[in-house]
Amino acid sequence: MKMIHSLFLINCSGDIFLEKHWKSVVSQSVCDYFFEAQEKAADVENVPPVISTPHHYLISIYRDKLFFVSVIQTEVPPLFVIEFLHRVADTFQDYFGECSEAAIKDNVVIVYELLEEMLDNGFPLATESNILKELIKPPTILRSVVNSITGSSNVGDTLPTGQLSNIPWRRAGVKYTNNEAYFDVVEEIDAIIDKSGSTVFAEIQGVIDACIKLSGMPDLSLSFMNPRLLDDVSFHPCIRFKRWESERVLSFIPPDGNFRLISYRVSSQNLVAIPVYVKHSISFKENSSCGRFDVTIGPKQNMGKTIEGVTVTVHMPKVVLNMNLTPTQGSYTFDPVTKVLTWDVGKITPQKLPSLKGLVNLQSGAPKPEENPSLNIQFKIQQLAISGLKVNRLDMYGEKYKPFKGVKYVTKAGKFQVRT
Amino acid sequence: MSAAPAYSEDKGGSAGPGEAEYGHDPASGGIFSSDYKRHDDLKEMLDTNKDSLKLEAMKRIVAMIARGKNASDLFPAVVKNVACKNIEVKKLVYVYLVRYAEEQQDLALLSISTFQRGLKDPNQLIRASALRVLSSIRVPIIVPIMMLAIKEAASDMSPYVRKTAAHAIPKLYSLDSDQKDQLIEVIEKLLADKTTLVAGSVVMAFEEVCPERIDLIHKNYRKLCNLLIDVEEWGQVVIISMLTRYARTQFLSPTQNESLLEENPEKAFYGSEDDEAKGPGSEEAAAAALPTRKPYVMDPDHRLLLRNTKPLLQSRSAAVVMAVAQLYFHLAPKAEVGVIAKALVRLLRSHSEVQYVVLQNVATMSIKRRGMFEPYLKSFYIRSTDPTQIKILKLEVLTNLANETNIPTVLREFQTYIRSMDKDFVAATIQAIGRCATNIGRVRDTCLNGLVQLLSNRDELVVAESVVVIKKLLQMQPAQHGEIIKHLAKLTDNIQVPMARASILWLIGEYCEHVPRIAPDVLRKMAKSFTAEEDIVKLQVINLAAKLYLTNSKQTKLLTQYVLSLAKYDQNYDIRDRARFTRQLIVPSEQGGALSRHAKKLFLAPKPAPVLESSFKDRDHFQLGSLSHLLNAKATGYQELPDWPEEAPDPSVRNVEVPEWTKCSNREKRKEKEKPFYSDSEGESGPTESADSDPESESESDSKSSSESGSGESSSESDNEDQDEDEEKGRSSESEQSEEEGEKKKMKKRKKVPEGQREGSSSDEGSDSSSSSSESEMTSDTEEEQVEPASWRKKTPPSGKSAPAPKEISLLDLEDFTPPSVQPVSPPMVVSTSLAADLEGLTLTDSPLVPSAANFQLCTQTRQFYVSIQPPVGELMAPVFMSENEFKKEQGKLTGMNEITEKLTLPDASRSDHVVVQKVTATANLGRVPCGTSDEYRFAGRTLTSGSLVLLTLDARPTGAAQLTVNSEKMVIGTMLVKDVVQALTQ
Repeated sequence: MKMIHSLFLINCSGDIFLEKHWKSVVSQSVCDYFFEAQEKAADVENVPPVISTPHHYLISIYRDKLFFVSVIQTEVPPLFVIEFLHRVADTFQDYFGECSEAAIKDNVVIVYELLEEMLDNGFPLATESNILKELIKPPTILRSVVNSITGSSNVGDTLPTGQLSNIPWRRAGVKYTNNEAYFDVVEEIDAIIDKSGSTVFAEIQGVIDACIKLSGMPDLSLSFMNPRLLDDVSFHPCIRFKRWESERVLSFIPPDGNFRLISYRVSSQNLVAIPVYVKHSISFKENSSCGRFDVTIGPKQNMGKTIEGVTVTVHMPKVVLNMNLTPTQGSYTFDPVTKVLTWDVGKITPQKLPSLKGLVNLQSGAPKPEENPSLNIQFKIQQLAISGLKVNRLDMYGEKYKPFKGVKYVTKAGKFQVRT
Repeated sequence: MSAAPAYSEDKGGSAGPGEAEYGHDPASGGIFSSDYKRHDDLKEMLDTNKDSLKLEAMKRIVAMIARGKNASDLFPAVVKNVACKNIEVKKLVYVYLVRYAEEQQDLALLSISTFQRGLKDPNQLIRASALRVLSSIRVPIIVPIMMLAIKEAASDMSPYVRKTAAHAIPKLYSLDSDQKDQLIEVIEKLLADKTTLVAGSVVMAFEEVCPERIDLIHKNYRKLCNLLIDVEEWGQVVIISMLTRYARTQFLSPTQNESLLEENPEKAFYGSEDDEAKGPGSEEAAAAALPTRKPYVMDPDHRLLLRNTKPLLQSRSAAVVMAVAQLYFHLAPKAEVGVIAKALVRLLRSHSEVQYVVLQNVATMSIKRRGMFEPYLKSFYIRSTDPTQIKILKLEVLTNLANETNIPTVLREFQTYIRSMDKDFVAATIQAIGRCATNIGRVRDTCLNGLVQLLSNRDELVVAESVVVIKKLLQMQPAQHGEIIKHLAKLTDNIQVPMARASILWLIGEYCEHVPRIAPDVLRKMAKSFTAEEDIVKLQVINLAAKLYLTNSKQTKLLTQYVLSLAKYDQNYDIRDRARFTRQLIVPSEQGGALSRHAKKLFLAPKPAPVLESSFKDRDHFQLGSLSHLLNAKATGYQELPDWPEEAPDPSVRNVEVPEWTKCSNREKRKEKEKPFYSDSEGESGPTESADSDPESESESDSKSSSESGSGESSSESDNEDQDEDEEKGRSSESEQSEEEGEKKKMKKRKKVPEGQREGSSSDEGSDSSSSSSESEMTSDTEEEQVEPASWRKKTPPSGKSAPAPKEISLLDLEDFTPPSVQPVSPPMVVSTSLAADLEGLTLTDSPLVPSAANFQLCTQTRQFYVSIQPPVGELMAPVFMSENEFKKEQGKLTGMNEITEKLTLPDASRSDHVVVQKVTATANLGRVPCGTSDEYRFAGRTLTSGSLVLLTLDARPTGAAQLTVNSEKMVIGTMLVKDVVQALTQ
């Protein structure tokens, strides 16, 4: 397993704006194969993640309008590389607040230092954010000012303690004046609703994101009122698997800062409450250059909570030239180039259901579209975990102080699609 | 095997196409002088005494490197700063050095002494980073220095430095593969390391340097299994993948006969084994246990692996989950494989690249183990927002999962998909419906009706695809479907897609007796438009004419002759040939009489219906999750997954005799001690285990351990003190690896040692207070049960005696232990593989048609190799990936003179999918194109110099008869390729 040989970062217009080699230099021309594949795919999403060239294999990911193209020479599990590349992108995000071309170019030296630490000879070395932050300090405005005056550096000169300890994800000597531990329980509903409004498929995907700012070496355990709900769980490496197996308690020494504690799925066998319903009638007349569009959205099974942040996105068929619609609430835009209709609804009030009605202009002479477009719905419900999951309590061991604890619930639409 | 030639290779490669890139980089191209000037000021900055200036200069240089600009002329100025005090400057200098040392080998040597000094530094971080940079400098002259440094670092006190040593091994190996034997020694030593930090890295080195030396794993197998959960994610993937291969060579197939008495004999056996770890009596015990496992009983080590990897299915890392999934797929008994489905389905929520890879693997698995994914059918439903490549893979999985019971739901889903705006996806859906119809007899008519309805679809592509699929379905039961054939016949007026027209014509010809009236009329129409048709349609017109002539010569004689005359003067020689051939066959003449009598048999022979199969069938001969599996072609460096052995190799090789070294330094001890922390004696969590240990015995052992100095403190903060302390006791007392830890715990329950007996043995080692405490911990458990074969008891005392050793031995002394015997490896193989790797970049494109060999003499310091490379006749090709449709489209463009067809008979040996693909790809570097039918293989490639497309189709009948077609505008290459492939296939 020779792993990753080189990495090229490519922007959407096809410029290679960063390259890093962990072994002998591989010429940029290897990316031509990638560009070829990209051209063929027409759509950025359809570029195959693995491309075979005469002497190399290219494994790439697409993140935030950037391609991370890695060059591989020998057999290696593709997911290994893909996972790593995403980890790199996550790290950039973490360090610079965004993973964009501008951010990477502005911080090219830090990027290079990070890449140097993350891979050694093409094999991952330090990928935990806590360790990296000890080795290379993230840029802040204050620090860059101080550095430019004093000539001091971003590179830590102390030993990364996590690297050497039994808890590689946490650094030692963490100190806070306010000790806080926050947990966000975020649930997303993935659903496919068919034409008649019945649910074809629905599932709840949840995550618990933690923001832990606790001094020392706290040992936490988080318990739930109804842990049996969690059908399938994946853990941050800090969680003691055995405790979960035997007691259904999440017991862990947390990393410092923000991290994803667990991801879970609530089994599709359970009935999933669908908080919204959509009434729609979209029709295109045969041999005429217009059609009708009428969509109404309303609350259902929302547990008495307000549904907000509602957005409806529709990819209209190619023959649609323009749309003349009137929303009763919110605003809409239609992009005639990408044919994407976006209706920003906002909050749903049950007294007056929001609707969007009007005419669709079609290209004259073209046959009417075969299929009605699917509606993609986004929404958000605060203070509700739709699965009913409830955190019972959080206990802390190992430290004397009393931390401030908080749990927040939110439900969102995930891949929520209504077929019409 | 210096890396230098390989490098100049790379440079050579970049000179050509790389130039284009200079275009959009004004600084490096046109304005030469200013470029130099700028470098001058950088040099000045580097020469100053001010760190801030140096740092600024280095930052600019690194930015240049990042953008791919050449900064090599700054080498002398930069290398001077290697000993700079400022740590960031130093780091950036390292970055520079690693990048350019290869180009400026002499100057790079100046920096070596700095690193050599660094290797002796008291700070472990500095030692590690010195080794890291030293080993990353690809300068062959320093190989001996690197070797020495690695050897020393491998016995370093700091596990972090040892990890770095493990990382350095593959680097040195790729620089000079002659060092292999010495490196294997280092690997062997590091494999014995007990820290999780080192485990992943050393296995990675093992996989790269000596994956064939499976014997090195034996002694470390159980330790690796037990450490696994604490290793970092990347190491987990590598270890799991290696252990999969290991298990395939060492254990028996669990599927050969699933036995019910799987666990019981195992337990007794397991207990005894553990103890053997301490004494020489082990072999007999193992041997005694052997005969009892006649009906299949899973080797306890096999079970250990399955049990210890299972929790990792819940890792957050997709790569780890996939690694475990493939391990279960390849190693677990059928009944247990199911657990992976849930985890894999979870990954479908991840990034689209992850989905893509996971779906490919699910597609392969779902063919073999359909039941596993059936409960998750709905998770594979397609959303209109999925990228096309994901849609098509999901479709594949849905088709594989379709069965008698769920087919109505699946078909209803498919109905929604057919109306999608994504036409490639619609075409794939139609193919999928066809496959469902062939596989599930019950719905064949429903599907057929559905497809016939699609024939009136407005989209021509949809219609064409439907025709092709209908044709395949009709072949299965033509008699009942005269109506559909008539319907299709009417379509010839409208459908323009050649493949569809050709399919219709073929159908009418083949089943002309079902449509006796229409067939001649269709021929009449086609004769009229013959000259305007595409080649594949023309061929089918000739075909139709011939068949009609044979069955209904009265009506069609003239028409046939007309068509044949037209074809005789066609531009495409294939069509001319076909016409000539057909005429000779069907029209009786003086010479050709003998054959024409059999013409009817030849043309109207009953033809077997095509089998519509998944293109993922048989892909599981590649290890799942691997790159090779994804590409369906063997990737460089792919390690075959061996077949299960017939007879299980001796399981006792994995028994470990643990010498009682330890406690090098206090600090070290602590580190080690804290390490496994989370392994939480995984052994207990397995499904076969009884519940956790009795609370009473737990507390008893606690009290004992607390009397011990030091061991209690470090974990006092943790909430699950009990477990942690348990752990630590084991650690600090006998300082055994955690592997033993886990096993010991298991053993506690199984072993059932009579108390007195055990006490006796522990008092043997009584001098060591800590060890006795751990022994007594065991005794506390022994109260549980007391059933133990007498044979075992006899063996314990010697184990007690052999174990104790002075406390003060440091880790460095590990070297003194003689390594286990080493199987000889054949050196020639080693040489050839590494050569291949180094010469990979080589392309001999200047004289593409002259097959003269290029001879190389590769010299290293100590040896010389002679290499002769014979380029293939013709041109080098590179695989191209395209869909079946694209392939057909391209093929349609490359007909006539550009198409070369050859018939051949495949020998029995090369009829299987795998062999055919392998042989073709071995002959020519082509990529496989997915194909709806099983007996057709398609490959596509592009020549390297001219970039012209080379398409290869192999139409193999189950009888062995096959037809090879090559389409390429380079006719010469086509001809040669046909010759080569035919030769390869018929051999």
